[in-house]
Amino acid sequence: MYKIVRKEVLNSQVKLLEIEAPYVARKAEPGQFIILRVDEDGERIPFTIADYDREKGTVTIIFQEVGATTIRLGKMTEGDNLADFVGPLGVASHFEDVKKAAVIGGGLGVAIAYPQAKKLHSMGVSVDFIAGFRNKEILFLEKEMTAVSDRLFITTDDGSYGTKGFVSDVLKKLLDEGNEYDVVIAIGPPIMMKVVSEVTRPYGIKTIVSLNPIMIDGTGMCGGCRVTVGGETKFACVDGPDFDGHQVDFNELIRRLSMYKRDEKAAIERHQCRLEGKTNA
Amino acid sequence: MPNMSLKKVSMPEQDPEVRNKNFEEVALGYTEEMAIEEAQRCLNCKHKPCVAGCPVNVQIPEFITLITEGKFEEAYDKILETNSLPAVCGRVCPQETQCEERCVRAIKGESVAIGRLERFAADWAINNAKRDYEKVPSNGKKVAVIGSGPAGLACAGDLVKLGYEITIFEAFHLAGGVLVYGIPEFRLPKSLVQKEIDVLLEQGVKIQTNMVIGKVLTIDELFEEGFDAVFIGSGAGLPTFMNIPGENLNGVYSANEFLTRINLMKAYKEGAETPIKHGNAIAVVGGGNVAMDAARCAKRLGAEKVYIIYRRSEAEMPARLEEIHHAKEEGIIFKVLTNPTRILGDDEGWVKGIECVEMELGEADASGRRRPIAKEGSEHVIDVDTVIMSIGTSPNPLIRSTTPDLSTNKWGCIVADEETGQTSKEGVFAGGDAVTGAATVILAMGAGKKAAAAIDEYIKNKE
Ligand SMILES: Cc1cc2nc3c(=O)[nH]c(=O)nc-3n(C[C@H](O)[C@H](O)[C@H](O)COP(=O)(O)OP(=O)(O)OC[C@H]3O[C@@H](n4cnc5c(N)ncnc54)[C@H](O)[C@@H]3O)c2cc1C
Ligand SMILES: Cc1cc2nc3c(=O)[nH]c(=O)nc-3n(C[C@H](O)[C@H](O)[C@H](O)COP(=O)(O)OP(=O)(O)OC[C@H]3O[C@@H](n4cnc5c(N)ncnc54)[C@H](O)[C@@H]3O)c2cc1C
Ligand code: SF4
Ligand code: FES
Repeated sequence: MYKIVRKEVLNSQVKLLEIEAPYVARKAEPGQFIILRVDEDGERIPFTIADYDREKGTVTIIFQEVGATTIRLGKMTEGDNLADFVGPLGVASHFEDVKKAAVIGGGLGVAIAYPQAKKLHSMGVSVDFIAGFRNKEILFLEKEMTAVSDRLFITTDDGSYGTKGFVSDVLKKLLDEGNEYDVVIAIGPPIMMKVVSEVTRPYGIKTIVSLNPIMIDGTGMCGGCRVTVGGETKFACVDGPDFDGHQVDFNELIRRLSMYKRDEKAAIERHQCRLEGKTNA
Repeated sequence: MPNMSLKKVSMPEQDPEVRNKNFEEVALGYTEEMAIEEAQRCLNCKHKPCVAGCPVNVQIPEFITLITEGKFEEAYDKILETNSLPAVCGRVCPQETQCEERCVRAIKGESVAIGRLERFAADWAINNAKRDYEKVPSNGKKVAVIGSGPAGLACAGDLVKLGYEITIFEAFHLAGGVLVYGIPEFRLPKSLVQKEIDVLLEQGVKIQTNMVIGKVLTIDELFEEGFDAVFIGSGAGLPTFMNIPGENLNGVYSANEFLTRINLMKAYKEGAETPIKHGNAIAVVGGGNVAMDAARCAKRLGAEKVYIIYRRSEAEMPARLEEIHHAKEEGIIFKVLTNPTRILGDDEGWVKGIECVEMELGEADASGRRRPIAKEGSEHVIDVDTVIMSIGTSPNPLIRSTTPDLSTNKWGCIVADEETGQTSKEGVFAGGDAVTGAATVILAMGAGKKAAAAIDEYIKNKE
């Protein structure tokens, strides 16, 4: 059993859980992920390691409520236990010879990009952090991002905070102004990572993206997470999740993510029935 | 006077048209009367050819004689002397190429139904005999077992009886290996596997699930944690794809993924949280047990047409005879001497067909099987909406890539001594599919037992 020791609500849909998992905490590195099950009948669901505390033996995840499992996870509170929590999985991010980096997060991707910025910052790398949100209401981690970056640029789709527009627009502007980066790290919805990779391609800047295909085991035994990178099939859970954005077939990733769309909608409906059933009782 | 009937006493089964819609066990097992009648067909041969065909040398005529005497629990104990998982082996062993192939009765007529009798004895004992498992006092030595498939379970079972403190580390959230994630419920009920595991737990074996060795702990770190020896039984779980166009279309699964969703995650149950695609026409590529299981699961999920596509002829199929027979009864369509060349997708990237060529058999290859050769111009398309690739698996690289001093061969299999399981690394033993590549339950179990004896020897000598 894996106990939830801290819960924070970052916005109406995004929550943070700090979970007791001493073995995982001992080995966790930025860029890696875990897979959890809420309870005995639960689905195996992957989440990026947002933070870890080796001394306390805890691992933090930040997640968005998008479907049946994440909604259920969002209902859990401090003191509750998760049935399963396995990790650290995937390859840790490597940042050799980086002096100046642009870290870009889109929506929930901000939470996943944050530990990378933190790691780079702690290594003395100069970090420009570009964080995009739909609107001001769902903004989170602003203080934390400020602390780990040299410059923080916030965008909102509707202009309710920061610059109006997309993260890729800000990056384009920075590049046009002559800013140079050894690496661009882009994490967010596949379409955002695709656009960012297109922006950096003509500049020849190394661009790392973190892919999130559907996974089960996370250990390379099912192949469900396969992605095409540079024309080759890779298993994102063991070869990634970080890949060279200029090589990734994003259209295939987006298509494969829609594999169970219909079943997922049905699962949410079932879940809501159950919840309503409970309140009536 | 032995029963001289040329045929095995038949075992009751669910009707094919009923069972191909449910996940309950297909074969229902013998009653006591049937078991005794079948057991009486055994001639109790002095030279025991059947025993020589069994990878773990189950004392076959002895246990069968006990069944004829109605001593069912004693029969079970007799099997247990050399086989720690009789209820499993009685169901899934390829008896027709092992013990039963060599049975004297098979010279004229059918062999004694050794597998069915093994299953009977085990089921009888599980259901009727209250058994106590005593904890053997600890000898203070600790052994780590990686993987909870038949190899790991057998190794742990033998060592715990010698007083070792055993911790099994399992990557999944549930112990059992292929027995729980691969082989379907209708062939091997999961409650039965759980009972076998419960026996180990009662004897004091500890199982730590959610531990991916190579990630959360390396083998060297296991020694640092105080283990005196390590057994690797991590199986051969890495799926192979054909590398043909269209394999990443939506609707293409590896058999591992398809079966894991169904068996481990229970996606076949109404309301299960883990989804699975319910196809209408499904092509399963391959001819082994895994392919048969995938095809029969697909049928049970409601597919109208399920094809087995295999590049050699039926005679070369590696699957158990009984499973091929069951699959056919359940309406699986066999397309043998047929090989896929590409998978076709619709505008949205979902599978809509599989293009195949016809094959003919040429000269025998290194494996002694005749090599299939494509017939030119024989391309044809079979309309399907789902494709399941079941063309084999190899050992997962997670452990070898984090254990530099562990030798592996060019297929990624761990190099280990056949008799002892000793690897290139001191104190590290290995067995089962991780060493041999995908093989059988009984071979994995046998390897686990041999390694247990060698580990005992190794630790004693170290003192
Ligand atoms: C390596 C990796 C790291 C991730 N990190 C985070 C994170 O830090 N925070 C976060 O909120 N989300 C993260 N995700 C995505 C998260 O796993 C999905 O949002 C979650 O699985 C949705 O489950 P659900 O039942 O709530 O929703 P569902 O309704 O089942 O699915 C909603 C969408 O989530 C995706 N999804 C569903 N099941 C899976 C699965 N088993 N594996 C992957 N994706 C799936 C699909 O695109 C699906 O359309 C990560 C995914 C991967 C692969
Ligand atoms: C669908 C299917 C049907 C089959 N049917 C038959 C049959 O009818 N008859 C027959 O005799 N054989 C059959 N087999 C083959 C048989 O199941 C295997 O040969 C046998 O299970 C091998 O046992 P094992 O203990 O070596 O490995 P496995 O059973 O594969 O167990 C290995 C275990 O190790 C775990 N593991 C892997 N890596 C790690 C790690 N890094 N850290 C921790 N744990 C790890 C895995 O999760 C798994 O639980 C079938 C196989 C499949 C897939
Ligand atoms: S070979 Fe057949 S008949 Fe002879 S002892 Fe073995 S099972 Fe009995
Ligand atoms: S999640 Fe199964 S292989 Fe990657």
